[in-house]
Amino acid sequence: MIEVRFHGRGGQGVVVASEILAEAAFRMGFEVSAFPFFGVERRGAPVTAYARIDDKPIRMKSSIYEPDYVVVLDNSLLRGVDVLEGLKPQGRALINYPDGRKLEGLDQRFRYFVLDATSIAAAHGIGSQTAPIVNTAMMGGFVKMCDIISLDAMLESIRQNAPVKEEENVSAAKEAYERTKEVQP
Amino acid sequence: MTGNYASAYGAKLSRAEVIAAYPITPQTSIVEKLAEFVSTGELNAKFVPVESEHSAMAACIAAETAGARTYTATSSHGLTLMHEVLMWASGARLPIVMTNVSRAMAPPWSVWVDHMDSIAQRDTGWLQFFCQSNQEVLDTIIMAYKICESKGVMLPAMIIEDAFILSHTSEPVDIPDQEMVDSFLPAYAPEFKIEVGKPMGFGSLVKPDQYMEFRYKAMLGMKAAHDRILRVEQEFKQVFGREHGGLLELYRCENAEVVLLTAGSVAATAKDVVDSMRSKGVPVGLARVRAFRPFPHDEIRALGSRVAGLGVLDRSYTFGAAGAMFSEVKASLYNCPKRPVTKNYIAGLGGRDITPKTIERVFEDIQLVTKRGEESEVEWVDVAGLPRWWR
Amino acid sequence: MTKSYEEIPLTPIADMPSTMNITGLWRVIRPVVDKKKCKKCTICWKFCPDAAIVLVEGVPEIDFRFCKGCGICSHECPSKCIVMVKEGSD
Repeated sequence: MIEVRFHGRGGQGVVVASEILAEAAFRMGFEVSAFPFFGVERRGAPVTAYARIDDKPIRMKSSIYEPDYVVVLDNSLLRGVDVLEGLKPQGRALINYPDGRKLEGLDQRFRYFVLDATSIAAAHGIGSQTAPIVNTAMMGGFVKMCDIISLDAMLESIRQNAPVKEEENVSAAKEAYERTKEVQP
Repeated sequence: MTGNYASAYGAKLSRAEVIAAYPITPQTSIVEKLAEFVSTGELNAKFVPVESEHSAMAACIAAETAGARTYTATSSHGLTLMHEVLMWASGARLPIVMTNVSRAMAPPWSVWVDHMDSIAQRDTGWLQFFCQSNQEVLDTIIMAYKICESKGVMLPAMIIEDAFILSHTSEPVDIPDQEMVDSFLPAYAPEFKIEVGKPMGFGSLVKPDQYMEFRYKAMLGMKAAHDRILRVEQEFKQVFGREHGGLLELYRCENAEVVLLTAGSVAATAKDVVDSMRSKGVPVGLARVRAFRPFPHDEIRALGSRVAGLGVLDRSYTFGAAGAMFSEVKASLYNCPKRPVTKNYIAGLGGRDITPKTIERVFEDIQLVTKRGEESEVEWVDVAGLPRWWR
Repeated sequence: MTKSYEEIPLTPIADMPSTMNITGLWRVIRPVVDKKKCKKCTICWKFCPDAAIVLVEGVPEIDFRFCKGCGICSHECPSKCIVMVKEGSD
């Protein structure tokens, strides 16, 4: 079973990101489960979402404490929240980070993938220019980071889950997939 | 889909005709989805937005009395606000079906899961089903209409989903075909209803010399529900190929030395723990209370006579007494010549996560008290400040 | 005579309308209307809690099957043309 944790802020589509991943895996024939945890339901408040993917039906209903993958949609959380808490040794984290800036002070125990999802989403006109919606681009990047999910399944899942601008979301995810890079801690 | 959407689809497939509801976290998406179905015409129902949960149940009572199949949903303080009219619905013998998204009561304010709200309604005369998966939520709503509308039962039912753990968790759910559901669930056809041209009075005053006979009949209805639940589930299995365990689902209880009894989503996690302990040769099992009302006395007596230790995990607490499920289990077992050692574990209140590790410790504790033949007691699990409870 | 639980319906259902319950028998004082003083304002008809006043050409007629003698009509009448007298007197 693989376990994924997503970090973002209310209004960024964190919960939808977890559902897009779950549906992509489901399309590939996996058994899945996706769930959020929100304290306060409002724009800007930190939101965590989770997904489990397995080849057997998933009965487990308790929370995820030691994820295999972490996805950080909003890098401003790196300062306030321990987004890597519980990540398994050699676990992988995908972080939305602007191109041209280097991520400092990364813990050696894990592997890091970086993607400027904010610019890509803005370039494809998803969300507003000041607050682009990065979740679909991030899921394109997830496919690069994780060997298990196919790009086709993810793109189809995005097409089904995007409320508007389905093809723009798909293109953003594709571009994000191309541009996601692993960086050394 | 989420448990909430599963509820909405269950009500839609059951062709609910009147839906009256008031929003409350974490039930809102049930009602929003149903409102969407009604507005697109996918569901031919009258949607009545009301000003409180008390009004929601009152509207359902009125509509059901007029012969319509009704549905509503609520949670926590909404359910307890309805308490007075829940009593009316069962006394009036109206087979209303409602989803309760079980959520902790305030203060302290909480939006997360526990069963206090649902358990507090156990005296209302409603059937109560605790679900462990979103599929079960959808299926049980459809089955509930068939169970409750049968002439021998004619009582309302609440289908209980754990807040967030089922309501907002997405998992694969099979949506049955409408034609198959129609073949399984006929239209609601009550013996009496409000009709223009046939004036009648419903819910009249009854003096002490006749009241008890009405309550006796309601008791018979709840008693009949036991067999009806089993029969309807067999019919459901024949049409849809699925079942959910009757009133008390037994998981690997054959040759089990100790069994944990509980209800709701924690049972699903506990099954994984049973598998892992069994793979190490530890003979444990899980009993899941699916129907809390009617209470599965016979099933518990049968189980109790076969195991040495029976732990009961309650996700609620009855102040001044003990966990509700524990008290009722003990009551069932009291007259049995062969009784297991029992112990109550209070866990998961206010949405506190019940991890596989905690469940494993509970099983180990049941084994220990069983070996020592200890008197049953109540253990509050993982409360900060208490000495370590697990040994 | 208490009926056996098998003989009663699931829940109390009355097919007898409430108009068969002659609550006028509860009355101990009764209203008397001076029709000559009546200004046809219809206030007594509006206020009667038992709907026991019928207006005949604008003037109140008391339906004594249901009048309980509460005295509200007399109290509210602005022309003071309704008085309450002891039941049984003439």
